[in-house]
Amino acid sequence: MQTSRLDRQAAGIALCVVLGIAVLPWYAIQDGFWSTGWLLSGYPLAADSAPALFLWLQGRNLWLLPVGVLAVAALLVGLRGFPQRIQAWLLTLLGIAGIGYMLTQGFVFGLRGWNVAWLAELFGATEQRQFGMGYGAMVAGAGFLFLLTRGLALRGLVGGDSFVAGSLGLVIALTLLFIGLPVLQMLALPFHDKELGWSLAPFFDRLGDPKIWRAACFYSATTCGVAWNSLMLAITVGVLSTLLGLAFALVLTRTGVRFRSAFKSLSLLPIITPPFVIGLSIILLFGLSGNVTQFVAVQFGLEPTRWVYGFTGVLIAQLLSFTPIAFLVLIGVVEAISPSLEEAAQTLRANRWQTFKTVTWPLMRPGLANAFLLGFIESMADFGNPLVLGGNFNVLSTEIFFAVVGSQNDQSQAAVLAIILLLYTIGAFYLQQRWLGRRSYTSVSGKGDGGMHPPLPRRIAWPITVVTAFWGLFTVVVYLMIVYGSFVQLWGLDHTLTFKHYVHAFSIAYGEFGLRWEGSAWNSFWTTIQIASISAPLTAAVGLITAWLLTRQEFKGKRAFEFGTMLSFAIPGTVIGVSYIIAFNVPPIELTGTAAILVICFVFRNMPVGVRSGIASLSQIDKSLDEASLTLGANSWTTFRRITLPLIRPAILSALVYSFVRSMTAVSAVIFLVSARHDMATSYIIGRVENNEYGVAIAYSTVLIVVMLIAIGIFQWLVGQRKLGRRGAQHEPSMIAGGA
Amino acid sequence: MNTNTRKGPARVVFDKVTKRYGTNVTAVDQVSLDFAAGKLVTLLGPSGCGKTTTLRMIAGLEMATSGRILIGDDDVTKLPATARDVSMVFQSYALFPHMTVMENVSYGLKMSGFAKDVIVPKANEVLKQLGLDKLAERYPNELSGGQQQRVAVARAIVLEPRVLLFDEPLSNLDAKLRRYVRQEIRDLQQALGLTVVYVTHDQEEALAVSDTIVVMNNAVIAQTGTPRELHDLPKTRFVADFIGEANVLPCEVVSDGSKGQPAMVKLGGLTLQTNTCEGSASQRHVAVRPNRVSLHAAGSPNTLEATIQKATYVGEQMEYIVLSPLGELFVTSSDTDNPIAAGSTVALGFGVGDVVLLQD
Repeated sequence: MQTSRLDRQAAGIALCVVLGIAVLPWYAIQDGFWSTGWLLSGYPLAADSAPALFLWLQGRNLWLLPVGVLAVAALLVGLRGFPQRIQAWLLTLLGIAGIGYMLTQGFVFGLRGWNVAWLAELFGATEQRQFGMGYGAMVAGAGFLFLLTRGLALRGLVGGDSFVAGSLGLVIALTLLFIGLPVLQMLALPFHDKELGWSLAPFFDRLGDPKIWRAACFYSATTCGVAWNSLMLAITVGVLSTLLGLAFALVLTRTGVRFRSAFKSLSLLPIITPPFVIGLSIILLFGLSGNVTQFVAVQFGLEPTRWVYGFTGVLIAQLLSFTPIAFLVLIGVVEAISPSLEEAAQTLRANRWQTFKTVTWPLMRPGLANAFLLGFIESMADFGNPLVLGGNFNVLSTEIFFAVVGSQNDQSQAAVLAIILLLYTIGAFYLQQRWLGRRSYTSVSGKGDGGMHPPLPRRIAWPITVVTAFWGLFTVVVYLMIVYGSFVQLWGLDHTLTFKHYVHAFSIAYGEFGLRWEGSAWNSFWTTIQIASISAPLTAAVGLITAWLLTRQEFKGKRAFEFGTMLSFAIPGTVIGVSYIIAFNVPPIELTGTAAILVICFVFRNMPVGVRSGIASLSQIDKSLDEASLTLGANSWTTFRRITLPLIRPAILSALVYSFVRSMTAVSAVIFLVSARHDMATSYIIGRVENNEYGVAIAYSTVLIVVMLIAIGIFQWLVGQRKLGRRGAQHEPSMIAGGA
Repeated sequence: MNTNTRKGPARVVFDKVTKRYGTNVTAVDQVSLDFAAGKLVTLLGPSGCGKTTTLRMIAGLEMATSGRILIGDDDVTKLPATARDVSMVFQSYALFPHMTVMENVSYGLKMSGFAKDVIVPKANEVLKQLGLDKLAERYPNELSGGQQQRVAVARAIVLEPRVLLFDEPLSNLDAKLRRYVRQEIRDLQQALGLTVVYVTHDQEEALAVSDTIVVMNNAVIAQTGTPRELHDLPKTRFVADFIGEANVLPCEVVSDGSKGQPAMVKLGGLTLQTNTCEGSASQRHVAVRPNRVSLHAAGSPNTLEATIQKATYVGEQMEYIVLSPLGELFVTSSDTDNPIAAGSTVALGFGVGDVVLLQD
């Protein structure tokens, strides 16, 4: 008899699968799993809350039976414990079979019985229905995944470590499921036509639509196609925000200006600013009844016009929003230039202007290109500002929104536009990662890099000081207008100060049953806080595990894995939103209208935040700490838990706070995913803006800004003065880039 | 654009130069120097002594807080680096990473306003001189450390500067290469007759290449002299300890040699003749180099009894830690064939010139 040992891990996992089948409800519950009412009304026999086992006992949903068989087989394999090679094969097969079958039956058998025609012919039509998968199915599916990864680990993958294999498998599966699947489904949509079935024709028809590609605005007064508009706007914003950011960076490091901390806090602004706050403020200043417009009209006798709506207004708003991001990137670049290079130039008889032109500027070029691409992507993905200030100037992100939400209700059109948008952003992202990520003009040096930067040549120093002073002041004014505007009765007509808007949104009263949240905004406010609070720890967890896998483990395809996880940065929120409602509106995974879809959307959009933060923190912890732990007898899970995690606490906290804050300011995906029961603050604000209730919208935005400042303040206090990394500034841009 | 007529190597004069940062950090304190033209002078000292600041003040990268700096006969105190005819080889080489070797070397000539038909032959000549002619189109990150350094030197000397500065040039090279490169630098300096100011913290390097060494400590000059003067006749405990190894022992001065008679000190029970060194105190110190202590059999005349505590064989010499009535002494001996075992009793002898009287 061959020796056999109880395979505790496999047995434990198999037990979880059995749990998913026998105890947890297999299908999604109408009112939500966490509202535990279903436990009392008919569980476990009632059809909509029954575990799979009980369904079978009632003779229903028998097509799920193979799952049960596989689960029992896995349990037996775990208990029996075959020799390693056989065990590995068995577990791998069971895992693949389990997942494969679950997915197949989920797609093939849906709301209206058979989804695929030839199966319906084969088995005959049926009355039975299948709804979206619930926690039971989820646990069973996860169990099969871990069986698979354990099997692969036993076969020697990733050095035989089950924990690493399991984490890797989990992250890949989740990414594929919640980013890959929806995006692919959306991309496939325009290729399917009701009459023609699958073909290329409908796609190319839509793609060639002149409304998208018309270049008429270059030579006549008509508007251009949407694709051109977006491109022109993005390029202009990229160039100008980079130059402005560079100006700020140079002023801060190369002139005698003293306001370092003011500048650093400037870089905080885009993180805490809700999406259309800047657009609204611009309307308050430059709109038809804006302060500045009226002032100019009165002084110079001109008619006030709507000049700000359109390309100009969106440009100004996006510049205000994205210059701080460019600044953060460029200050790292400028500070990284070794001062001894510029000193060497000076000793070689170059004056200040020659030094700047021949040494400083060429060394900054890769950084400038980097900042340009970031600005480009941000502008492409921006939704709030074009929505509020666009006027007749249409961009891709808003067009996608109107294709789905407006009277068109044409998901294929939205998909085509999304494909174009994705090509722009992923193209730019790819350029940034591959071409620029490698090139860095650091000086060729060893030790001894002390020295001081020479001051800027005068012909540059003066103009940029003026420009940055003006722009800084402008930014401050814009933000002050927000606060001011929230206290104004009715903008343009009645400028008396009032608390009316705050009261309308946030009033609280004492009723007979205690506190009553009377204000109209409380509902969305609490929902937002709740959802942001749930998704923050999940984001941090997924992000940090991924970061740990990337920095500490070696496995094949690591580069591709890294690129894939970062990809969600480059996918605009609009695209994610649309793809989620296409993919998750019908079984097997039916999530629209729930809180879960919002949480999942936030987790995967913000995951790169946790990943970047984790990578930065982990690369500072010497690998030899892990190695010491392993040689002292701990396995990798224990090492991770007791050595790594405590040391990256700042990264954990930072990931938590930044993902919390980003969830609060997200709009472009959220706008598609909200429902009556789960309204988010940003979509509520959009609603107010569309109803011209600017006062309430601004008041709400101000409150959001205050809440986020408090959250960040608490975070800074918790972490204390300890910097997150040697160069704190260099890590932040990756946390805020990626669109709202 | 600097098209001054080439004036040849210059003399460097510091007249009570002080450099202060803020109100409480004095990097260089009332330092006066006079370097002859065409000589290699080394500024030597521990970290933070002010040598690099002094060098940068010659270059014009730092401006003196007070005092005068003269190069040749010109007062350059207020001139920035761009306008001075001084070139510098940086510790990190500071090669422009986005330019080829040729472009790096031509940079100074281009900034000075020379025409292309002057720049190219000059640059090529210097490249050839330093053995870099085959590397002209390479980028700095494609060169080895030694090659990078030669490019940095070429870039500096192509301008025929009046003073050439080196900031710790050997610190980034591996040990074997250092000996070779320091000799190359010395040969180059002597061949071109340049005035070179050289900064290092490695005393062996300083002794090997210099005409004059200036030892600095804590923003002031501790001693100036030729290598032999500094090694054989240090003036203070600091210099004695900094250059080579020294046993610094307390002694009683019988006479300091200032009045014509030879200087004599009482060391342990011995009375020894030393160098003349003026000073007022009667209790002073002497420095004894480890290789100048002779080891005799116990009981020899005119010696001190001592015990060997530790004996270490290091290949070229024997190193002994010796416990004597004067304290613990570090003694070396080149007689490795007859090592003295630890625990044995020996007698220490000191000849004329082995013991150096110090000022403090």
